[in-house]
Amino acid sequence: MIAFLIRRLFQAAIVMLTVALISFVLFNYVGDPINAMVGQDTSLQDREKLRQDLGLNDPIPIRFARFVANAAQGQFGLSYRTAEPVGRMILERLPATLELSLVAALFALCVGVPMGVYSGLHPKSWVSRILQAVSLIGISLPTFLIGILLILIFAVGLGVLPSFGRGETMKLGGWTTGFLTVAGLKALILPSITLGLFQLTLIMRIVRSEMLEVMRTDYVKFARARGLKSRAINFGHALKNTLVPVITITGLQLGQLIAFAIITETVFAWPGVGQLFVTSVYSADMPVMSAYLALIGFLFVTINLLVDLLYFAIDPRLRTAQAATRAA
Amino acid sequence: MSAGGIQKGHLRDRWDRFLASDIFYSYRRSPTTVIASIVTLVFVLGAVFAPVLAPHTPFVPSSIDINDAFKPPAWSEGGAWRYLLGTDNQGRDMLSTIMYGGRLSIFVGFAAVALAMVLGILLGLSAGYLGGWYEAAIMRVADVQLTIPPILLALLIDGVARAVLPPSHKEDYASLVLVVAIGLASWPPYARVVRGATLVEKSKDYVAAARVIGVPSLAIMLRHILPNVLGPVLVIATIGLALAIIAEATLSFLGVGLPPTSPSLGTLIRVGNDFLFSGEWWITLFPALALVILSLAVNLLGDWLRDALNPKLR
Repeated sequence: MIAFLIRRLFQAAIVMLTVALISFVLFNYVGDPINAMVGQDTSLQDREKLRQDLGLNDPIPIRFARFVANAAQGQFGLSYRTAEPVGRMILERLPATLELSLVAALFALCVGVPMGVYSGLHPKSWVSRILQAVSLIGISLPTFLIGILLILIFAVGLGVLPSFGRGETMKLGGWTTGFLTVAGLKALILPSITLGLFQLTLIMRIVRSEMLEVMRTDYVKFARARGLKSRAINFGHALKNTLVPVITITGLQLGQLIAFAIITETVFAWPGVGQLFVTSVYSADMPVMSAYLALIGFLFVTINLLVDLLYFAIDPRLRTAQAATRAA
Repeated sequence: MSAGGIQKGHLRDRWDRFLASDIFYSYRRSPTTVIASIVTLVFVLGAVFAPVLAPHTPFVPSSIDINDAFKPPAWSEGGAWRYLLGTDNQGRDMLSTIMYGGRLSIFVGFAAVALAMVLGILLGLSAGYLGGWYEAAIMRVADVQLTIPPILLALLIDGVARAVLPPSHKEDYASLVLVVAIGLASWPPYARVVRGATLVEKSKDYVAAARVIGVPSLAIMLRHILPNVLGPVLVIATIGLALAIIAEATLSFLGVGLPPTSPSLGTLIRVGNDFLFSGEWWITLFPALALVILSLAVNLLGDWLRDALNPKLR
């Protein structure tokens, strides 16, 4: 277990360093940081002096080390576009994105798993067939179109839900939340459905196929022969054994959700990190892009690591397998 | 008998063999696939021959009339049959803009898939055949890249290109930048499949025989192994085409793809999105519909191809 943990941590560190290196190259070699800081009429000597003062003439390994040290403290310099500190810009917008992703993930799980269980238990019923057809559409529709359609129906047509922004938010320390006001919660509905729909169909399909497989196994047949209630069989025995792939996918999809939030945030004018990233791509704002890259890389690596650790908590076979290899 | 006659008979023979093949049989037996392929064909032909087929020339400023702006589709009140699907904010015929837009979308899609395919095949083939640390390095990169959503990478590449290219030429290079961004973001699946298949083929006798008679490695890879690993690549490429078309539309929708002066389907949807609230739904909904039908049809083709080429399901 500990050896496994150390190996995984080591791999995570390597991936993180690679991401930091790409981020460093973007930050330093694409576009000139000096050009972004000074006016047009700054003389060459002044530029050279500034370069020296900022340490841009130091050897590359030293600059990279300094970059990593700064990044670890959330310092990514100033935005080329707004001249604000990038770290603060991202921190201000992070709560919006995290809340949106969290609600979308919960929505996908809480609706997707029951739908998958149902259509796995009754694969031939007409409800399952409809769910299957709907999930095909959910997978082929691009995210931004789902958002546009929802806006067209619920905001333009029925006029019941807001189509942009976070509604009313409250400040809790450094964190702005939309969870505590009615307007904030209402504003969350359409974006989180848009963001979670793809994950929902994915989770539903996985749970369905896993359930179909598990229901055919011997231990489920024996459980039935022992006269257990079908609810105990379905949830206590069958569903429990489908959880490992579901957790893998959900965990990995959480990272995808944060990335796909870029699109949802643009459609719904949601003031999150994704929208900031799109604006920075549009105006080639390198400090913001490299900071976003580092942040996403960090989130991905952390999530992957947590998913790996969760396996041990859920699947006892893995623990014994580890013990067996150690004994051998 | 002339040489041409032999050639013709040969072609005829091949065609008959194709009609009698398993693949054609499974194609004929699946009505969904037949419809999907017809839809795809209609889109591709409509796109290729857009300059001939389109009823209007929407991107020639002299041929559009601003007085015709915001005309609804022909069947609703205030519409004209001259503009079957209505007109947009500048009085351009929607049907024609969709045909021209689809042309760009399909072009970018095909080119991006071609780039990803060539890159993935070359890297996967060489990794599988050569092995060692070279293989480990390439597959590690592919693994890491697979965990990152392609759309994120494409956005990043797009942003770097914007910073590097001179601003005055941004619009000229827009479609090229998109092709490179989407292509570079989607090579890993090809590399993984090709490497896996190469590992299997490498240990077969015909490769050993070729090696014994002194065929150079490059020739073995390209002429002997490559044709035998192309089946699964074709499946990924078909589904990849649908993904690439959607990726292009997404980037254009986000505003970092093709400019409104030469719009793709995604750009048309983005432009039309501004008029959603004032009730001009057709400006965004028809390009969106075209995009969904196209990607659904290509996806269904890919699904069928995967099952048809899978010997386990025959």
